[in-house]
Parts: sequence; C-alpha cells; structure tokens
Amino acid sequence: MAVIRDMIPAFELFQPASIGDTLALLDRYGDRSWVLAGGLDSFDWLKDRIKRPEAVVELGQVAELRGVREIDGGLEIGALTTLTEVASHPAIRERFGVLATAAGHVATPQIRNQGTLGGNVAQDTRCWYYRSGWPCYRAEGNTCYASTRQSMNREHCVMGGNRCVAVNASDTAPALIALDAQMVIRSPGGERVVDAEDFFIGPAIDITRMTVLEPSHLLTTIRIPSTWAGARFYFEKVRDRQAWDFALVNVASAIRASGGRIQDARVVVNGVAPYPVRLHAVEDVVRGRPVSEETATAGGEAALEGTRPLRHNDFKLPLMRNLVRRSLRGTQA
Amino acid sequence: MAEKLIGQDIAPPDLETKVTGRARFAEDFRAEGMVFAKLLLSPMPHARVRRIDASRALRMPGVLGILTADDLPDPEPPSERPLTNEPLYVGEPILALAAVDETTAADAIEQIEVDLETLPFVLDPLESLRPSGPNARLEGNTFVDGEVTTVKWTEADYAAAGEDELPMGEYTSDWSIGDLDAGFAEADLVLEETVVHQSLTHHPLEPRSCMAYWQNGKLHLFGSTQSTARTHSALADMLDLELDDVVFVGQYCGGGFGSKIAGSPIMAVPALLSRTLGRPVMLRITRYEENYIGRARPAQQARIRMGWRKDGKVTAIDLYMVQDHGPYGSSGDHQAASAIASLMYQPHAMRFRGVSIYTNTPPRSAQRQPGGGQIAPMLEPLMDKAARELGIDRVEMRRVNAPDHDSTFGPGESKLTTAYVREAIDIGAERFGWSEKTRLSGRRDGTKLTGIGVGLSAFVGGSFGYDGLVVIRPDGDLYIHQGTGNLGTHSFADTARAAADVLGMPWDRCHVIWGDTAEHLPWSSYQAGSQTAHAHSRANHAAGNDAKRKLQEIAARDLGGSPEAYETGDGRVFRRSNPTQGMSFAQAARRAIELGGAYSGQELPDDIHEMTVASAQGLAGRGLIGVAKDNYTRENGPWSFMMGFALVEVDAETGEVEIKEYTGVADCGTVLHPRGVAAQIHGGAVQGFGMARSQKWVFDPKWGVPFAYRLYTARPPGILDGPLTMDWAAVSEPDPQNPVGAKGIGEPPLGAGAAAITSAIADALGGTCLCRTPLTTDVILAELEGREQPYAKLDTHV
Repeated sequence: MAVIRDMIPAFELFQPASIGDTLALLDRYGDRSWVLAGGLDSFDWLKDRIKRPEAVVELGQVAELRGVREIDGGLEIGALTTLTEVASHPAIRERFGVLATAAGHVATPQIRNQGTLGGNVAQDTRCWYYRSGWPCYRAEGNTCYASTRQSMNREHCVMGGNRCVAVNASDTAPALIALDAQMVIRSPGGERVVDAEDFFIGPAIDITRMTVLEPSHLLTTIRIPSTWAGARFYFEKVRDRQAWDFALVNVASAIRASGGRIQDARVVVNGVAPYPVRLHAVEDVVRGRPVSEETATAGGEAALEGTRPLRHNDFKLPLMRNLVRRSLRGTQA
Repeated sequence: MAEKLIGQDIAPPDLETKVTGRARFAEDFRAEGMVFAKLLLSPMPHARVRRIDASRALRMPGVLGILTADDLPDPEPPSERPLTNEPLYVGEPILALAAVDETTAADAIEQIEVDLETLPFVLDPLESLRPSGPNARLEGNTFVDGEVTTVKWTEADYAAAGEDELPMGEYTSDWSIGDLDAGFAEADLVLEETVVHQSLTHHPLEPRSCMAYWQNGKLHLFGSTQSTARTHSALADMLDLELDDVVFVGQYCGGGFGSKIAGSPIMAVPALLSRTLGRPVMLRITRYEENYIGRARPAQQARIRMGWRKDGKVTAIDLYMVQDHGPYGSSGDHQAASAIASLMYQPHAMRFRGVSIYTNTPPRSAQRQPGGGQIAPMLEPLMDKAARELGIDRVEMRRVNAPDHDSTFGPGESKLTTAYVREAIDIGAERFGWSEKTRLSGRRDGTKLTGIGVGLSAFVGGSFGYDGLVVIRPDGDLYIHQGTGNLGTHSFADTARAAADVLGMPWDRCHVIWGDTAEHLPWSSYQAGSQTAHAHSRANHAAGNDAKRKLQEIAARDLGGSPEAYETGDGRVFRRSNPTQGMSFAQAARRAIELGGAYSGQELPDDIHEMTVASAQGLAGRGLIGVAKDNYTRENGPWSFMMGFALVEVDAETGEVEIKEYTGVADCGTVLHPRGVAAQIHGGAVQGFGMARSQKWVFDPKWGVPFAYRLYTARPPGILDGPLTMDWAAVSEPDPQNPVGAKGIGEPPLGAGAAAITSAIADALGGTCLCRTPLTTDVILAELEGREQPYAKLDTHV
C-alpha cells in the first residue's frame, strides 16, 4: 500500500457542547476516537494519515472547558483556554508569571491564538522518526530508529530514555510542574486529579503515551494552587529560530527566597527526556543556600546527574546546565 | 513634462489585489468539470519500479485514471521526467492519479501497489567518490562534457587528507589565472581551511500547484512561475506543441527564488492527464511534496587556500570544491562560486578545481545567487581571520581588494560595466558606524558576546537582447506588455517605467499587461539571475523609443515640419518650439490605425523573436505599436555588488545568536524603485540570515530519508530572526550600458546577509571560524564550551 501525506482522510466529526456529551462519545468510540482542541498537534497527525481515528471529537463548543477562575488563592484554568489567553491573563501574569511567560514562548502568535493549554501539555512528541510514521517502539513496532550510532538525534533525549529517546516538547509543562499544578481528568468512571509532575509519563510506564491520559479520558481543568503565587520565577527557552520552533531545552523555576537564602525551589526542564524533568537533585542542592553565583553553579552541575547524550546531542548537557544555572541566579533574563 | 518615473516609489499595479486577497494564484483557478490529481511519491532513495498494480484504485468510485512515466517522453539521462520508473530520491513522483476530488484521489493512491527493486544510494559526494562508493545513478556519478560518467578517488587521496580536511582527488573542471606559485610566494600570510556549506530547499511560500485544460486543441495551463514568456516556450517544448497551441496564465507567484524559473516539470502532469481525461485537472502541490520536487541549493564541501600580502591584498586563491547536486542535470554553482571569489577579491593568481557529484537527494537548481550565495559566507570569515592576523582593519581589507570598473575576473577574465564597490563599502561603513562599532568586537557584557561582521557579495546584474512591446491605444493610454513574469519583485512594473519615461507618460495612464500569454506578450529574459531590471528596462526603453519615433512621424506628417521638431509628454506629441501645436496620443493612435504599416503593427522589425512577432500581430491595428529588440550596447557584463554590515550578540551560555543590527549597501546602478530595492536588500539579507543560522536538510544516512520536510523542521528564517528595522542605501551611480542606468539587485543581498552573519559570529568567538553553515546553536555552544562538535568536519545533511 502506497503512502500519501498532507491529505486528511475522512472521519466522523462530533462537536459536543458539554463535558458529559464529550465523555459519552469518548466512551462509545474508545481508542477509535480522537480529541481535537486547537488542532496544532492533531492536524499534523491527521494530514499525514498516520493516526486514523474513526471519530473526531472537537471540543470547540464545550464552553465549560474555557476560562480562568479563582479558587482558594489559586487559579483554575480550563483546558481549552488558548495560549494567548494564558499568556496575557492578568491574574496569571501577576501571580504565576512563569506560566504566562512559558505560554508566550510557544510557536507563533497565530498558533498561540489557536492552541490551547490542554493541547500544549497533552501534545505528542516530535521525534521525526516517529512523526514520519516509522514503525518504532512508540508506534508499537520493535525498534528505535533514533538511538543508533548513525541516527539523526540532535533533538532527542539525554536522560529518561527507555526503548524510546524522544522528548516532550511542551513549553508550559515545566512551568506547570514548577507551580505544583494539578491536572483534573474526567472519564466515564469519574474525576481524577493528578499532580502535574505525575501527569507526564515516560516510555518505561507506557511507551505509546506521553501522559496518563487514556483514550476515553479528558483533561478538563488545570489547577494552580496558591503555594507558589508571587514566587521568584524564571522561564527560558532555547531554540533554533525565534518563532515556530520547539525548545531544544527549556527551563522553568519557582524559588522562595528570604534574607538572601533560597527557602525552597522547584526547577523543571523540558526537551531533555521523554517527559518534563523535575530536577530534585538541583532543588536539594540549592535549598537553604544563599542566592549567589556559587549556588547557581552548584545547581547547574547537579542538573547533569544521570544524563547520557546520544551521538548528536551532547550540546544539551551544557545547555541544560547553563539554563538551570541562569534560573537560579536571581534575575530573570 | 511628467516627472521621471524611474527612481520614484510607486506601488506596483498588483499590490491591491494581493493585499485584499483577490489575486488569483495557481491553485485559485477553477474550470467547469475540474477534477483533482494527487501524486504517489517514492519511499526509497533509489529504486526501480518493477510493477504497478493500480487495479483496486481504478475500481474505486470517482477515480478517473492514472498517469505514469510510460505516458511521458523518455529524455536522455541526466534529464528529469516529472514521473519516473527509476526514482532517484525519496519523494520523487512515480505516478499521478486523477479523481473527482482530492480525498478520493488520496484514498485511491493508498490502494496502489508499487513493487520497487531497491538500488544502491548515496547522500554524500565524498562517499560516492570513494573507490568502491555507490553511484547515485546507474550510469555514473557525475556529468562531464555532455555525458554521465564516473569519477572515483583513491584510498591514498582520502588518507592524504585525514579526517578533518577535504580530500582532493581527480577533478572534472578547473581553471586558473596568473601564476599560483608566484601568488603564494608573494604572500606574507597563507591560510588553509576546509569549509562546508549545506543544501537547502527553496521553500517559496506558494508551492508549484498547476491546473490545465484543453480547449479547441489548445492547452490552457495555469501555474506558478517566475518567467511568463519562458514558461510558455518551456511548456511547448516539454509537451511537443506549437507555441501557438499553448496559453499560459501565471499572473501572481508566491516566490520562486530560482525554483520556478521556467515553471516546473510537474506542469506536464495535469496537462497530460487533462488531455487523456478530457477534463480540467488541478494538481495542488502540498508543502510535503514541495519539499521534494521544489528544488534546492547545491551543497559544497571546499578546501580553500588563500594568501595575503602584509597590506591585506589577496595574492592567491586556490579553491577546490566538491559539489552535491542531487540526481539530475548539471549545476554550475561551484564554477560560479569560483568566478565570484576571483571577482570579489581580485587575487593576483587563482586556481579552481572541482567535481560535481550526483546524490540521491532532491533535485537542485539555481537558488537566489547560485554559487555566490555559498562562497560569500564561506570566504568572508577567512578574510577576517587574515585581517586579524595581519592587524588590518577588516573594512580596509575589503577596500584594498575591491574590484573597480577596470577589473577582470574568472576564467575568461571577464570585464565589468561598473563596480562601485569601494563606494558601497564607504557608505556602509559610515551608516553602520564601523569605526565605533568595531571596537565592540568580542566584548562580553554579562553572557552576551558582541560580534561585528561584514559581508561582501556579488552577482551578475543583467542580460541583453530581449524585446519590448507597447501599444498606445485610441483611449490615449500606454499599454506596456511584459513577458517577464511577476515573481514578486515588482520588476515587471518597475521596468515598464522605462517606456513611460521615454514618452513622458504619467503613470496613471500606463497599464502593465502581464502574466497571461493570451494577452500578447513579448519575448523576454528569464526572470532569474537578477536579469530583469537591466534587460527589460533596456527592452522597454527600446519599445518606448520606437513608439516615440512613430508619434513624431505622425505629427510631422499631419502638422508639418520634421519629426525631430516634435516632443512627447503628458499624453501628447507636440512641437518643441510651440507646445500648443500637436495632437493627443488618442488622436495619434487613431492615425496610426488609419496609416497601418509599421505604425499599427502590420509591419514588424525583422530582428524580434517569433513570440514577439505573434504577439505584435495579435495587437496589430489596435493602436500605435511600439516594438523593438534591445540593441543597446552590450560590451561588458553588468554585475551588482552588495556590502552588508551586522552586529550580533552571541549568548555564551546558550549559543543563541541575536542579530541586532544590519546595514546593506548596494551598487545596483540607478535605483529604479527605492522601496523595491529596500525589499530586495532586506528580504535577501533575511534569507541569508536563515542560511547562515538555521535552515538545513537532515537525512538519515542509513535509510536515505529526509526529516526536514516541514517548514518547522527545515527552519527557514522568520520575521523575528532578524532585527526589527534594517538600514539600507545604494550607491546609485548609473550603469553606462543601460539607458536608464539600472542593474539588477535580486541576488547579492542574500550572500551579503549570510556572510555578514558568519563573519560576525566568528568575530564574537574571538576570530574562530567554525567553517560550516548553518551555525546553529548546538555548533556554537559546543565551541564555546570546548566540547566535541556535534558533527564531523565534512558532514552534510545533518
């Protein structure tokens, strides 16, 4: 059978107007369904005819999935809220600036107008072997094409690989983990709340998925607790072009400092593993130490624990180390 | 008298339709009963089609038929067919299928079984040149003297070079001027480097979609092209039709950059499918397909040895170049690169040796400043390195070596019309603030390293001998027929002003006719190689003069006196001594029709092209016809030059590069249209920034499959990848061989932009030339951190 790309095959389109109706459809079609939000990840898959769902459930009519609400000093953000809204929302900017900054670094203004926060965290990996339809482990085949000596793996992982060396490409995911956010997931079985840190999974847990979301699950809301409101935040993304590019490495951090000392910190990087990586080792190193260049350097070095580069991505090591160091310095770039 | 139009900012006539979305590009056309075609592309880098089974597809409702290579003429290797039975790269079209809609066509393509026999493939010329390396084509790996043949190097050639130097085995083209040994003997400093320049896809915004139907035996084809007249004739040749039996429409073009010079081979597919099916056929090319069939710039792996005298004068250049030119045809980028090197630096002696090798990667073609675009960013950092070692100011170094009006260059010791290079350097240095900025070289502020770069660039800026065709209709307006095409530069409108100025015609009474061969267009240059501004200001000037002479003759005939006693202006021909005595162009046009003969196009000059003859005949009797071949002086080559200056900041901790400032100064003769020149200087520079910084190909070497086939993975530059504002200027000294003084300026801005960035990055790194493009974050960071480079020195497609 010959392969053709760039032409979306026919599917049945559903546009439910409530979460209940959405869940009913997902329950009915199970793994033959596809949840469509902004479409930036979905349409690439559909156009390439590699993912071929029978039913596409488009969420645009589900008003209850949109918007930002106050909860107990924190915020609740509907999964369908656009990245532009997240980047520009006054309460997010004021209290959880790291998320607004991260959302503002995604792709392009046009994509941010269309793309949603839920879609940005739930997106699939951009490993080009996998996205080109190669039958790798992640695609339920029996090899990884990206990890051989000859493979082109400049943009692949330096840690956390397990039969798969793809990376998570989200810019908002590390910011959400830094903020200790919670992901609210609805399914026909009920509601489940998962810490952002546990929401993203690596190939060791399930090689075919980037998150805990199963086919009949819907990410409805993202809760940001008040815990880190107004903390010192840092976000930076390094990429090859200044727009329409995924991160080679990004970093998000939240720091509580008092009297010139770091009381507590959460430091998260993405683009280095199949999931956003919370750097507990870095946090442990810097906790209780003064905000200083020495602390930043020590934190940066700790970031490299457990890393192992592939043939073409050794540069991600110094890049991650330096970004972590910057995130600890005490000044937002 | 109307003010001269040349040199003014005048919005081109297509602006409003473009910005309001009313312009019809190739895929916007519709015709009654139109059906759609889709392509089946090769999944393998080199294979032979053993069998095609389309039976299941053809049984599907709505499927109308297929077209394969067997339905097309079989050209001699290494020519390309739009469909093939021996795919030579992943993505090469094997067959096309037509159906009532695209969804059906795509579904049907998936039902086709193509049995492919795999054949050896090669992605890197240096692998093909190995003693037992594979050839990209069954007939060989290179094209020499009109034949595909094979060239292999010896193990000793490779061993002599080691890992990080380009081996230099047998070469297939060479030239030299002067005494190379003497040139190097004269040198106080000699540097030698191996430099790699990557291939990159053109990626115009508009892919090469096309629609075709046949009516009363004539092919009507709607496509995207740079050059209207040349696409018309190319289609006739490709499909073995009389010129008269082809109507080509392509008024708007979403960019070509050299990939749509005379349309595209793929245009034959809807044309032939439509003939078979008896229905209009639309072939919409997707971005994915455009990546494969949309052409690319040849990569070059070079070894460069250069010598300098203490005062900075280049004494000798020894250039050895291996070129990757894809699987088809021949490419002269490497030869152009060598000639341009000799032009830019005027060495006392120079030797060039090179081979151009076939690979199983997408086909190459000219890409904006072919050869020059590669050599400028390769050589300029070496010039800097020499300046640093000799303790000479880098701008002074360019001045010392700059060509002037009397310079010669290249294997044929070619001559120039003009070269105002020192003037461009001086204007640029002043505007950019070179003497102050150069003190910032290598300065570290926090994590930011400042780099200051310069980029000199050159390219041919014109051609000769094409036809102009204008009509003054009985409405008294001037209709300027343009066969050049509208690739987006405005030159189709700007060069029309040469005819208007000859006649003193206000622009609101001028109408440019372009983009549809049914509208009677004259024979024209390719809209490529920066030819149009020069070639068609000449041709339109000639046609304007012919019209003016006829107006003067008609006035003299009717009003008395000699023709020379009359002048034209503001839509009238009038007596110089008494301007109230005269006649309007409307009256003159009616008289021309009454008089017939040459006045109204019944009699035509014998030196014009057959296409112009046919067009003039089509217009005969409709007004006063001005038609002429450009027979102006054509002694020397019009070449244009560009000097770029850049200030960048390299982040020492991330390897990121921010281009903070850019100034470009052109020697492009008289400025035809200031905004148009600015657009070329800025647009070309940004394209060069992408070439220097981000855009590239990536192939899996084991499977021969590319990955940078989407815009987001190919990474052409975006609007945020350059400074928000960029400065420009032009020397604006007229070219003596052009009646309005113009030289083309489409190409040199690219090399200047790219070279200013490779130069500036090397400067920020304390003079270290990384000697490859693109200089991506990983390459720069590895250098800054003292780690192993992510790629081997000679790696390409990585």
